[in-house]
Amino acid sequence: MNSVIDLDGLSVDFGRPILKDLRAEMRGKAIGLLGPNGAGKTTLIHTLLGFHPPSRGTARIFDQDITAGAKQIRRFIGYMPERDSFIAKMTCVHFVRLMGELSGLPSETALERAHEALFYVGLGEARYRKLDTYSLGMKQLAKLAQAIVHGPKLIILDEPTNGLDPPTRLRMIKLIRDIRDSGQANIVLSSHLLRDVEETCDEILVLKEGRIAVYANLEEERKANRKFLEVETRGDNRAFVEAIGGLGCEYAQTGERRIKLVLQNGVEVRDLYKLAAERQIQIRRLNYKRDSLEDIFLKAMEDGNGQEFSAQTLTRN
Amino acid sequence: MAVYEHTYRQYEGPTTPEWSRFLIIPRHAYRSIFGSKLFIALFVACFIYPLIASIFIYLHHNVNAMAIMRVSFGDLVPIDAEFFQTFITVQGIIGFFLNMLVGPPLISRDLANNALPLYLCRPFSRAEYVIGKMSVVMILLSLIMWIPGLLLFGFQAYLEGGGWLWQNLHIALAIFVGSLVWILLLALLSQAVSALVKWRMAASAALLAIFFIPSAFGEIINNIFNTRGGHLISLRAIIGNIWSGLFGTFVRQTGSFRGRINGQRISFTLIEPPLWSAWLALILIGALCLYLLVRKVRAYEVVR
Repeated sequence: MNSVIDLDGLSVDFGRPILKDLRAEMRGKAIGLLGPNGAGKTTLIHTLLGFHPPSRGTARIFDQDITAGAKQIRRFIGYMPERDSFIAKMTCVHFVRLMGELSGLPSETALERAHEALFYVGLGEARYRKLDTYSLGMKQLAKLAQAIVHGPKLIILDEPTNGLDPPTRLRMIKLIRDIRDSGQANIVLSSHLLRDVEETCDEILVLKEGRIAVYANLEEERKANRKFLEVETRGDNRAFVEAIGGLGCEYAQTGERRIKLVLQNGVEVRDLYKLAAERQIQIRRLNYKRDSLEDIFLKAMEDGNGQEFSAQTLTRN
Repeated sequence: MAVYEHTYRQYEGPTTPEWSRFLIIPRHAYRSIFGSKLFIALFVACFIYPLIASIFIYLHHNVNAMAIMRVSFGDLVPIDAEFFQTFITVQGIIGFFLNMLVGPPLISRDLANNALPLYLCRPFSRAEYVIGKMSVVMILLSLIMWIPGLLLFGFQAYLEGGGWLWQNLHIALAIFVGSLVWILLLALLSQAVSALVKWRMAASAALLAIFFIPSAFGEIINNIFNTRGGHLISLRAIIGNIWSGLFGTFVRQTGSFRGRINGQRISFTLIEPPLWSAWLALILIGALCLYLLVRKVRAYEVVR
């Protein structure tokens, strides 16, 4: 499968470095962009859209260079910005139609697709109302409608569920999943809500301080079905941790008393109890846990060097 | 994404030519502009003077009408370069007020509503955006300046017959170029102000100030120093001189003084700045406006 977004040493400086030598080849149907505030998610999106020029390196979207073919790229991109972005004193259908026309649709087609897009996102009944009168949730849906009205191949959604109440959030997530499953468009979803990304994306790119902290295929992670054991102990567990390593298990200490580990073939849970008893350690809690996005994200945030690594390396200390 | 299907589908149909996309902006802008009663009243008023001018031209060539109205040929103003220059001047002044109503909110509203990323994430450049916004003003002002001006010229040429058209072709050129220069200047000024000032009323006031304050200041300089150099900072004087140059009515010596002040005999002449300096001032103003537009019209401002 061809790459959707190919980051090739992409760096962006605004007097100070914001994005630093990003390298990744993303192929997912829905790519989640994660990171704490100031990690560079929005700057990356803006650079892909051609709003900021790269200071070094480049990126390609569907094999088109973002600097040389910026206008070409924008033909097949739909963008839903994070902040409120509207054209004043317009009805929603007029606004979406205008956006369609600016994307190159003929006037009549733009009007037809504006109606369709608004019905699709669930604003069919409210489409003749002025945007100023819309609630926050409706405005988010209107922003989604303008991003898809021209039927783009790549839809970039910047914090699409921001400020939404639970039912509207669910509606937004359902729409994103529906677009993804249609196979008609790839999605880049930037969000600080891990749940949103987990529910919609098959790949994630975690940014930290302008660098790629993690690039992982969630789908493969899920398929691998790796089960973790989360163990909470009482007492000085250093000897216990060493002994777990001695069994050949992959492990990570996630807190003073918490250990996450993957059992090797041939190693049973009772072996852990045995080790603990031998070292006079109490096992207070023992849970089976899937490798969740939260774990991947938190681990990425803990990792200080900001190097690119796969999700599999999370358990190797 | 058909309404009944409720599924997402890509668009693979025909697209509009790229060169024509800037015209989408004025087409949509006129919807709200022509929704204003104040604008419609002013727009209709813009056609009063062309109507009067056409009556003048008609009277010039209709002896019966002159007899009915009891006017003699000598009472009527001659239909010459000055007649058309007056026409452009009157329409230019009305155009300025029309521009004050239409121009300032065009970019400022988009900036206030963070709409620029929506325009610029599409195959639509910043230049196309600015040209689109400027064309909202330019099309409207064209409708009240050079288009009726050339129609009047054609009307006069038709009624006059003979070689009048060829002898006075420079007037047609002056109507077109003179109007275009003024329209372009107004469009650039209003869009630059609109990009700088987000509040519509403040933007309109700023536009008025740009026009009148330097003019007043220029007149003060002229009166204190007995010169015409102050006209170089007066937009009114700059465009007036350019129009005069185009219509062939430009006179450099505009006055003289001879007399005694405190017992000393003094004489001087008032000389208008040369035409090239008016053109240069105009180009500098235009360049400044373009610079401001380049700085302000961005999808996002980068905070360094």
